[in-house]
Amino acid sequence: MTGKRIWPWLAVVLGGLYFLLPLAGMVDFSMRMKRGQYSFEAYRIVLADPQFQQTFGYSVMLALLTIVLGILLVVPTAYFVRLKLPGLRPIIEFITLLPLVIPPIVIVFGYIRIYNTSSVLPLTGTWLGTNLLLLFGYATLALPYMYRSVDTGLRTIDIASLTEAAQSLGAGWARILAVVILPNVFVSVLSGAFLTFAIVIGEYVFAALLNVNSFGPYMVWMGGNRAYEPSALAVVAFAITWACMGLIQLVTRFSRFSTVRR
Amino acid sequence: MAFLDIHHLQKSFGALHVVKDFTLGIEKGEFVSFLGPSGCGKTTVLRMVAGFETPTSGAIRIGGRDVTSLPANRRKIGMVFQAYALFPNLTVEDNIGFGLKVAGEGKAAIGRRVGEMLELIGLPQLGNRYPFQLSGGQQQRVALARALAPRPQVLLLDEPLSALDAKIRVSLREEIRRIQQELGITTIFVTHDQEEALSISDRIVVMHQGVADQVGTPFEIYNRPSTRFVAEFVGTLNLVDADVVEAVSGRVRVGEVPVTLNRPLAARAGERISLALRPETVALGRTEGHDVVFSGRIAEVHFLGSVIRIRVAIGGQVISLDTFNQPDRPPPDIGAPVEVSISDRDLLVLAA
Repeated sequence: MTGKRIWPWLAVVLGGLYFLLPLAGMVDFSMRMKRGQYSFEAYRIVLADPQFQQTFGYSVMLALLTIVLGILLVVPTAYFVRLKLPGLRPIIEFITLLPLVIPPIVIVFGYIRIYNTSSVLPLTGTWLGTNLLLLFGYATLALPYMYRSVDTGLRTIDIASLTEAAQSLGAGWARILAVVILPNVFVSVLSGAFLTFAIVIGEYVFAALLNVNSFGPYMVWMGGNRAYEPSALAVVAFAITWACMGLIQLVTRFSRFSTVRR
Repeated sequence: MAFLDIHHLQKSFGALHVVKDFTLGIEKGEFVSFLGPSGCGKTTVLRMVAGFETPTSGAIRIGGRDVTSLPANRRKIGMVFQAYALFPNLTVEDNIGFGLKVAGEGKAAIGRRVGEMLELIGLPQLGNRYPFQLSGGQQQRVALARALAPRPQVLLLDEPLSALDAKIRVSLREEIRRIQQELGITTIFVTHDQEEALSISDRIVVMHQGVADQVGTPFEIYNRPSTRFVAEFVGTLNLVDADVVEAVSGRVRVGEVPVTLNRPLAARAGERISLALRPETVALGRTEGHDVVFSGRIAEVHFLGSVIRIRVAIGGQVISLDTFNQPDRPPPDIGAPVEVSISDRDLLVLAA
């Protein structure tokens, strides 16, 4: 190793330690439930807990619905803004960035104020209404990620020519979006989808304040009431997030007709 | 009424008047090229025919039916783009079958038609490939097959050869013409390349600043350009200054050489006018039938392979001439004194 190389490597090592040591500590702690030996006891308890299964299943379901809603909302919007209203792009970008600027607690208080049981649209009064509100809230939270990845995907293809080609062959808007545009930004949509999944799985504020039993509040409850299990749960949550990231990489690499690759 | 009737078409983008009163009738099965420099409005007219732009005023009729306000996806028009615009997520077969699928045709019928189209473009073995696995020329062939598969009423080609390299351009343009004649499909071909337009069209529309400057067969456009712009844009041209001696009989003087054009001139005696001359009508030395002879010196010699382009300085003017290469006769030396001869019939009098 030459003298010049030593400083960059030092930075990498320090950064790596900063990131990995707490993780290693957490994994270590999560495996010490049985005295004097390493075991997966905490994991076994967590995974066998019916509440874990129920809340995790619920969050997964909600995440999938959020992804579908996000795609339905974002793909046509980003497409038409690029195709027909390019002047609106900065405004739309700003709007999609707002969820990063406005804290979730403010958003959810706004929801509760607008949609409470004494309002015109009392969504919080019913189970379905509350779940819908949560779904819309999550779609909003995921907007910055979903919009950016889809918009980036649209930039890599010549949407104007593809649209016109499809039109001249007789296709209407719905078919153009479903058959021509969506498959060609599929990789971008997937990366947006995995990020959405990661956000929704661990979300706490919306769920807690709307009094919904999802995975986020369960993790917090667990953290307040148990010793070893919360660490196991955190490791599981990390693994899920990383699996999502890994899947993004995998799908991007193995896409059959990726235009990005060329 | 013509099969494709473009009637007093106009298009403005804000204050910019891109197409000004464009009228043209195209017969069924005709191959018409729109030729002009960028920004002349040729692509805008094509896009209005396709339905991608709405005319500010005017009408477009196809087969007697007014399609001016019909959306693009209901016009039954096939379009080929400069950038191919193949759907990257679909195989060659699926690309070609796209329009038929939209039209709701059955699987077997689509399969048959796709097979026919692949044969037509000479790529029967590439049906399962994706567009990114094809060369530019192959992609454009597939785009042509895709446009033709649903049997459109009109085929529109928007500079389809511009993105290809020179050799493929020539072979593909010949293939486009062959396929067009085989299917007898009414075609508009937009290009800025005059050689392309001259070589494959039944008629050419030379466009300039939003209007059709001249409409005619390639032979007419090249040999009898009606405006100065057409003459300069299509082919290479010598512009020769001449002083009018007598306007009625068309007698002029080029330098010291008297020339009789045998045509009345719009200019008055004593005025200076420009005459145009194609390089291939000028002969090196005296030739039978060429009764106007100038003396000068060789200024430049450009060896282009089969053709040698020679520039001769005559008085204060320079005239280009083309001669065929002959292996046993090397090109003349620069500075050598020469005579060049022309026929007064080949001198073109251009309107402004």
